[in-house]
Amino acid sequence: MDTVELFVTAAGALLIGLVLWYFFFSEREVVSAVSSLGGLQQADITVKGGYSPDVIEVERGRPVQLHFHRTEDASCSEELLLPDFHIRRELPAFQTTTIELLPQQPGTFEFTCGMHMLRGKLVVK
Amino acid sequence: MNQQDIATGIPTEPKPEQASDGPERKATATLEIEGMSCAACAAAVQRSLTKAPGVRKALVNYATEKATVEYAPDLATPATLKAAVEKAGYGVAERQPDTSAADRQAEIDRQKAAAYQSLKRRLWVAAGLTAVIMPLSMIMLWPALSARVNVQWLNYLLLLLTGPVLLYSGREFYTSAWNAFRHRAANMDTLIAVGTGAAFLYSLAATVVPHFFMQRGLMPEVYYDTTATIIALILVGKVLEMRAKTQTSAAIRSLMGLQAQTARVIRGDQEFDVPLEQVQLDDVVLVRPGEKVATDGLVLDGHSAVDEAMLTGESLPVEKQAGDNVFGATINKTGAFRFRVTKVGADTLLAQIVKLVEDAQGSRAPIQRLADQVSAIFVPTVVCIAILTFVLWFDLAPESSRFTLALVNFVAVLIIACPCALGLATPTAIMVSTGKGAEQGVLIRNAEALEKAHEVNTVLLDKTGTITRGEPSVTDYVPVQPAADGQQLLRRIAAVERLSEHPLAAAVVRFAEEQGLAALPATGFRAIEGKGATASVANDTVLIGNQRLLTDEGVALTETAASRAAELRQQAKTVLFVALNGQIAAMLGVADTLRDTSAAAIGQLQRMGLEVVMMTGDNAQTAAKVAEQVGIKRFFAEVLPHDKANKVKELQAEGRVVAMVGDGINDAPALAQADIGLAMGAGTDIAMQAAGITLMRSDLHGVVTAIDLSRQTIRTIRQNLFFAFVYNTLGIPVAAGLLYPVFGVLLSPMLAAGAMALSSVSVLTNSLRLRTFGKQNR
Repeated sequence: MDTVELFVTAAGALLIGLVLWYFFFSEREVVSAVSSLGGLQQADITVKGGYSPDVIEVERGRPVQLHFHRTEDASCSEELLLPDFHIRRELPAFQTTTIELLPQQPGTFEFTCGMHMLRGKLVVK
Repeated sequence: MNQQDIATGIPTEPKPEQASDGPERKATATLEIEGMSCAACAAAVQRSLTKAPGVRKALVNYATEKATVEYAPDLATPATLKAAVEKAGYGVAERQPDTSAADRQAEIDRQKAAAYQSLKRRLWVAAGLTAVIMPLSMIMLWPALSARVNVQWLNYLLLLLTGPVLLYSGREFYTSAWNAFRHRAANMDTLIAVGTGAAFLYSLAATVVPHFFMQRGLMPEVYYDTTATIIALILVGKVLEMRAKTQTSAAIRSLMGLQAQTARVIRGDQEFDVPLEQVQLDDVVLVRPGEKVATDGLVLDGHSAVDEAMLTGESLPVEKQAGDNVFGATINKTGAFRFRVTKVGADTLLAQIVKLVEDAQGSRAPIQRLADQVSAIFVPTVVCIAILTFVLWFDLAPESSRFTLALVNFVAVLIIACPCALGLATPTAIMVSTGKGAEQGVLIRNAEALEKAHEVNTVLLDKTGTITRGEPSVTDYVPVQPAADGQQLLRRIAAVERLSEHPLAAAVVRFAEEQGLAALPATGFRAIEGKGATASVANDTVLIGNQRLLTDEGVALTETAASRAAELRQQAKTVLFVALNGQIAAMLGVADTLRDTSAAAIGQLQRMGLEVVMMTGDNAQTAAKVAEQVGIKRFFAEVLPHDKANKVKELQAEGRVVAMVGDGINDAPALAQADIGLAMGAGTDIAMQAAGITLMRSDLHGVVTAIDLSRQTIRTIRQNLFFAFVYNTLGIPVAAGLLYPVFGVLLSPMLAAGAMALSSVSVLTNSLRLRTFGKQNR
């Protein structure tokens, strides 16, 4: 194995390590929904190639409003799925779409794009 | 986890429900409050609402400008709640949810149309430029020609032509990949962007600094054709995919489009055509022949046949007269009638069907789980495989071509791996089939129910209301006095029964009406509890009832009458005796009759390999008779209502997967206990809520349709998942060059792009085949 091959191998290994860390093991942004006077829990989520924040914490038994603001027209993010709540909604580009739900059981419920590539979590406590 | 428990949206309309702690009813309403400017305003509205009579609890949210009120519907109404808000000095916004939903849908449709046009433009640019780039790149195939061309200048020309393909046609892939990358997410665009980006950047370097490569003994090869072709082919796939995707939701769109736009409302003596949103509860609406019924209501007067196929799948028009329910979006055929509006907007049957189908389309089928888990890790894994491919080719290939082979295979791996097919496999099939089901009057509550229905091997039918009509009908009319005019006698009988409230009496009246007999007046009507009734009709005393009544009133049975009565009883029929002026005059045999379609549908279920079992509260003799008539071999007789769920359990204990079909409130526990519950449409809301599938039509053929649809859908999903998995599990190793050491085969990145474009299109096309469901069955 010559020097170049050694270098390419080492660089490849490093790159694979970086990809795995970046996508699977790096820390995620966790945000708690804001509770209002009336007991409604609300969170604003920006949709642009993903969801930010992508982990939303809410309390169970109280209504939740998730405001999805989609700031792109890439087709990947045009659909939002929250299968545990039977929600499939199209998100118009450059607009805010509000999803209302009432979580009654604790647990982690995933929301994804139509092809399950972009992912976020609703953590019900 | 019980999905039903968590899938509760915020109630936006008053929803009466039974309180769990007692008989008192409660309802909740959400009001949109106008005029609040601070949290104190919200507190004031809340105070006023809390003090209003009948209100149990009120919560006002200043941020959302909404009040959620829990109240007793017997003491308060939405109008009194509104008055309470106004008393505090604020207003309640009139909700127009349908208009905003329609606007929203129109905006989404507009954006989709624009996106489709833009996609097509980008495809044409890419295709046009690729058509020039390809022959220019292959110039070396003609040595005579290539000798006369300056390769360096040619590379610059190719760079110039590829630029627009990359920056205009393929721009979305790069921005989308970058946006996803920032969110630590990766999608199909990531693979395309990394693949084409690597090919392009290497070509760019080879064009701008060719000496760098030559000094290291490498040929400065360019891959502009690869880059441009990949982008063009993927765009072809996207255009096809977008077209197919709009077809998956075609059924629900056509359902939504069924709604009438206007209604002819009668106010005072005048008729007005008003937009549907302005139609209110208790309005009186006139429907003329050929018109659509605007919303749900109760017929006040008039007579007509209404085509309800769009809601129930029933192709024959349904007769409507005063007292019957009519539903929005159905089509009035022959006569004219007036109806009183009982439901508007989101409460109408059509809106509920649309909501149910949408909910089902948003749910997740258990079969999807594996695909979900795979797609979550798919793209980063493929990127790692691609890097590994590059390293291995670089290390193992001959030195002269190692970089070229490493790069080509790296790009091929990225390009052939398509997570779209995996992501589309299940949802598209579910979307098409739930929509298709709704078209045929089969409402599927969620994907899980659809999936479960295909595993069913035993169908348990509740006799009354499913196999039979669920209401008694006169099957035999036997005048006993030979000289009597049967028709005149029947008119007298009907005259008495018209005044009775007994269900058997209703059957007699219906029978007389079906014979076209005009009504006679009756006087001195008297119901004799548990036995029958008597009245005077046209100077005759008519007595109708059971045998005890006859005995008590001293009417003797003739021998012929007694033997005929015994015959009727043997056929499991209830016998009604009629005496005229103290003499036995006639007998009527009454029974719950079979639906016309039951036997055929049961036969079809049996041919599908399902065992059909019947359950009834009737005695064994009656049950056996009915079972024999419809070809059922196994039945449970004398089942008490609260025992129905136990019968389901019994079958399940035998290892059977049970579909329970029922219609009444007392069927709800059994419907819930069964592996899949099918509620018959004419049934109650409670039965519908307990069931995974609702049949809009009172016809057992719906069960055949539901199970058949489920089987075909699951078959389609399995094919889709098979294609998607096999394609990726075979495609990726081939692209990585696994076949090269043995067969010397490498996959061109351009072929990989073609395969990728086709993978999701083929999955979509396969799902769309479900649109022909029903056509092939009839």
